[in-house]
Amino acid sequence: MKRLVVVGNGMAGMNCLEQILKHEPRFRVTVFGDETHVNYNRIMLSSVLAGEKPPDDIVINPVEWYRTHDIDLRVGVRVVDVNSEEKTVTDAQGQMTPYDTLLLATGSSAFLPPIDGLHRSGVLAFRTLDDTRELLRRAGPGVKAVVIGGGLLGLEAARGLQVQGCDVTVLHLASTLMERQLDPDAGQYLLGKIEDLGVRVLLGRTTTAILGSNGHVEGVALSDDTTLEADLVVVAAGIRPNVDLAYKAGLHVNRGIVVNDYMETSDPDIFAVGECVEHRGVCYGLVAPLYEQGKVLAATMTGNRGPTYTGTVPAAKLKIMGVDVFSAGDWSEQNAEPVRFEDRALGVYKKLTVRDGKLVGAILVGDVSDSHRYMDWLRTSADIAAQRRHLLFPPPAADAGLDVASMSDAATICGCVGVSKGTIIAAIHDKGVNTMSQLKECTRASTSCGSCASLCQGLLRAVAPEFEDEARRVLCGCLPFAEDRLRDILRSQKLKSVQEVLEIYGNGIGCEVCKPALSYMLDMLWCGDHDEDRSARFINDRVHANIQKDGTFSVIPRIRGGVTSPDELRRIADVADKYHVPMVKITGSQRIDLLGIKKADLPGVWADLGMPSGQAYTKGVRMVKTCVGTEFCRFGTQDSTGAGVEMERRFEQLFTPHKVKMATVGCPRNCAEATVKDIGLIGIEGGWQVVVGGAAGKSVRKADLLVTVETTEQALEASELFFQYYREHANYLERTYDFVERLGIEKVRKETVYAPEAVRHALLDRLKKSKARASDAWLEGRTPRTAAQFIPLTALDARLEGGQEDIAQSRRSLNGRESEAQPRTVMA
Amino acid sequence: MSDTRWIRLTDAGNVPLREGREVKVGTRAIAVFNLGDRYLAVDNRCPHKLGPLADGIVTGASVVCPLHAWRVSLETGEVERPTAGLGQCVRAYPTRVEGGVICVELPAGVSCGEAA
Repeated sequence: MKRLVVVGNGMAGMNCLEQILKHEPRFRVTVFGDETHVNYNRIMLSSVLAGEKPPDDIVINPVEWYRTHDIDLRVGVRVVDVNSEEKTVTDAQGQMTPYDTLLLATGSSAFLPPIDGLHRSGVLAFRTLDDTRELLRRAGPGVKAVVIGGGLLGLEAARGLQVQGCDVTVLHLASTLMERQLDPDAGQYLLGKIEDLGVRVLLGRTTTAILGSNGHVEGVALSDDTTLEADLVVVAAGIRPNVDLAYKAGLHVNRGIVVNDYMETSDPDIFAVGECVEHRGVCYGLVAPLYEQGKVLAATMTGNRGPTYTGTVPAAKLKIMGVDVFSAGDWSEQNAEPVRFEDRALGVYKKLTVRDGKLVGAILVGDVSDSHRYMDWLRTSADIAAQRRHLLFPPPAADAGLDVASMSDAATICGCVGVSKGTIIAAIHDKGVNTMSQLKECTRASTSCGSCASLCQGLLRAVAPEFEDEARRVLCGCLPFAEDRLRDILRSQKLKSVQEVLEIYGNGIGCEVCKPALSYMLDMLWCGDHDEDRSARFINDRVHANIQKDGTFSVIPRIRGGVTSPDELRRIADVADKYHVPMVKITGSQRIDLLGIKKADLPGVWADLGMPSGQAYTKGVRMVKTCVGTEFCRFGTQDSTGAGVEMERRFEQLFTPHKVKMATVGCPRNCAEATVKDIGLIGIEGGWQVVVGGAAGKSVRKADLLVTVETTEQALEASELFFQYYREHANYLERTYDFVERLGIEKVRKETVYAPEAVRHALLDRLKKSKARASDAWLEGRTPRTAAQFIPLTALDARLEGGQEDIAQSRRSLNGRESEAQPRTVMA
Repeated sequence: MSDTRWIRLTDAGNVPLREGREVKVGTRAIAVFNLGDRYLAVDNRCPHKLGPLADGIVTGASVVCPLHAWRVSLETGEVERPTAGLGQCVRAYPTRVEGGVICVELPAGVSCGEAA
C-alpha cells in the first residue's frame, strides 16, 4: 500500500480524503492537523460565536470516522518542512514521516495588516475553533470590541460578539462594506441593516496601532488621529493562502499553490486542494469550490485522471440572522446590462447583470430567496431570454413544488456540501427517504448552513410519497385548511365567531379538535374583540378550572413568581378547611393546587381565596418560576424574582397556542430551570440571556438563545416579542419547543428581536391590545355568563325520585379511589 | 311501555346553545344538550370511565367526553369512537319541550343509574 500523507485536517482536505476513500482505499493514510480538534465545519464558527450552536454540533468527522478508515490522525501536530527529494515531511517535534503521495490542504491564515501592537493580549483572529472559544470567553455585556475589517468574516464576527452582549465597532478601510461582493448601493443597504442591529460601523478608516499597557489591549488608534477604547480586537482583514510548505517543496507558487485543471501541482507526487490553491489565477475562500476541486483531485490521485476542474462562479452568502446578503459572479456594470430593484422601506436591493442574454452576476440584499435560481443560471450559463420578464421575481408558482421542479437535475441544492437535485431524488427513490432528518443523514444536504432547507423540503414534498409537512397539516376533517391559511382567512374575511367559520369554510358542525383551535385563533387575531362562544371551548375554559378524573376540579390561584404572603397562605388554608378540599399540593411550578373541588363550589372558592386565576387549566400563560436572585442569594447577579413577577404580570390572563411556562434565574446556576422553559431569562454579570423553546416534559430540550441584552426591560421586551410571535404563528397545541424546532431559531430571531423596528412595534402593539382586553377569568364567579354555568340543576319534578347521591363521590369509588375521597388535610 | 312517565327537567333557557348541563333526577344524573333545533338527553356518565358527558364538546348530534375524548351519540347513546368502545352505550332519553321546559321520558322499573 502507498503512503498518503495529508497536511491539513480542515474541510477541504478531509472532504477530498472522503472522496479518495470512496474510490478505493489503496492508501495508508496519515493526517496532520495543527489544530487540536477533529475536522469541523469552519463555516459554522459564526453560529458558534452567535450562540446558535454549541461547538460540538459543528464536528464533521468524529474520531470514530478516522478510526473506521484506519487513518493515523495527528492532531495538534504542525508540519514544518517538506523534502520532495527524499519524500518526507518533518513535524514541529522534528519527527520525519515518509510519503509516496503528499496532499497539501494547508488552507489559509488571517492576514495581519502592518499595525503596531498586534501582539497584545486581547487581539484575536477569527479563523479557528480555538479563536472562537477565546472570543466567547472574553465577550460579554459591556465589553468593548473592535473588529478590523468589514468583509464577510468581520461582519459575522461583529454580529456574534454583539449577540454576546459586546459593544461592537467595525472599522473598515473601504468606503463600502463587503466591497468585494457588493456595489456601493448594496453596501449602503447592508450598512443600514448592520447599524440597525446595534453595531457601529466606521468606513474609510485605517487602523494605525493597537494601544495598551501591561501587554493588554486598551484601544485602537485610527488614521484620522482619533482613538477608540477596546477590550477586545478582532482582526478580520482578509486571508492569505498558507504556501510555506509548498515553497519548501519547490512547487510553483504564485499567490497560492498553482494547480492545473486536473488539480496537479508542478510535482507529480504532491497535490494540493482548498484555500491554499491557485487555479487559473484564482484563490477560493468559500467552501463550494473547494469541494468541487476535491472531487476532481480524488479522481486524479486514485488513477482515475479524467475529470477536470474548470473554476467556480464565486458566490458568497452572509450568515447573519436577519441580514440576508448574497453575491455571485461578475456584478460590475461594465459591458453588462444591469437589472435592478430596490425598496428602501423593505430594505430590499436586487441587482442582476446580464451579458449576451446570459446572467453573469447577482447581488441580493434583504431578500435572497431567489439565490438558488440565479446560481443555477450562472453555473450553467443558461440562456435567460425566456425568463426575461421574471428576472427579479419568479413567475407566480402554481404550487410550492414548482420552484424546485423547474431546476435541472444537475442543479446544486446544497451549496455547502455540494448535493445536487438528482442526488436527493435518487436518495428519495432508492433509499426510501421521507423526512428531512433521513435526507440529512443520507445525503448530508442541509447539514451545514441550512439555507437550502426549504428547497429540500420542497423536493421531499414533490417526490417523496410519504412526506408529511408538519406546517401544512390540516387542522381536521371539519375544516380542511392548514392553520396558517386559516389565520389568513379569519383575518381577511373578518370572521369573529367559531360557528360562522365552520358554516362558511367547514362542515358547519365542527369537533373537539377544531372548535378549541378556532376559539384560540379568534381570540388571538381579534385581540379579544370577538364573539366568545363557550360551547366551542373545552370544559376547563368554560368553568376556569382543571377537570379531574372524577369530574371534580383543581384550583390553582396565581402566585406570581412563586412569591406569596402569610395572609394568602391563611386564606388558602381556610378555603381548604371550608370546602373540605381532599388534597392541597405544592406544584412543580411554585404554586399551590387545591384538588377535588366540586364545580358548584368554584365561585365560592375563588371569592374566598381573593386571588386571581393561575390559568393552570388552559392553554395559556401558566407561571414564571423564579429563584431568589440578588434579593437574598449570595450568587445572584440579577433581581430574578422582581423580573419574574413583572414578566408574569405582563403575560398573565392571555391565551396561547399551548401552555407557556417561564422562569427567571439570577445566575447561570439555573436554580429555577430557565433553560428548560418555554421562555427563560438567565441573569449573567451585566445582563440577561433570553432563551426560548426549552422543554422538560415528554421530551427534554435545552432552550435556544434568543438574544443577550443588558437591561431587565430589554429582556422583558425580547420575551414579549417572542411570546406574541409564538401566539401568532404557532399551530394550536404546538408547544414552543416544537415551534422553535420547526421554524429554526434563526428564523425566530429574524422575525422577533432582529425584525425591523416597525415589525417589532406591531408585535408589541398587538400584545398590548390583547392584554388590555384580558381580565381575570375567575371574576366570572361573581357574574356568571350563563345561569347554570356553575350551579347544579335539579329536575323540576325531582321530588318524584328517590334520595340524592353525590355523583362525584360515586365516580371516585368506581375509579377505585374511595379512600382518597376523604379530606386529606387534618382538620383542627 | 305503559309504565314510562315524562318528567319536567329544567327551563330550556338553562342550557346554552351547543352546550350540555347536568340535571339531577333523584339518584340519576341526566346530561341534557341544546342542539339549536332540539334538546337531547343521555345519562351523564361516559361508558368508558364515567366522565361527565354534559361537560363535553358537542359535535353534530354527538358529544365528546372531556376525560378521554370518547364520542357518544346523543340520539342513541351509542359509543361512536374509539373502536375499542363500539358496542357500549349510555341510556338515551326521549325528550320534548313543554311551555319552555325540557321534559324527558323516564322508563319505569329500571334501577337508577344503570346504563341501558
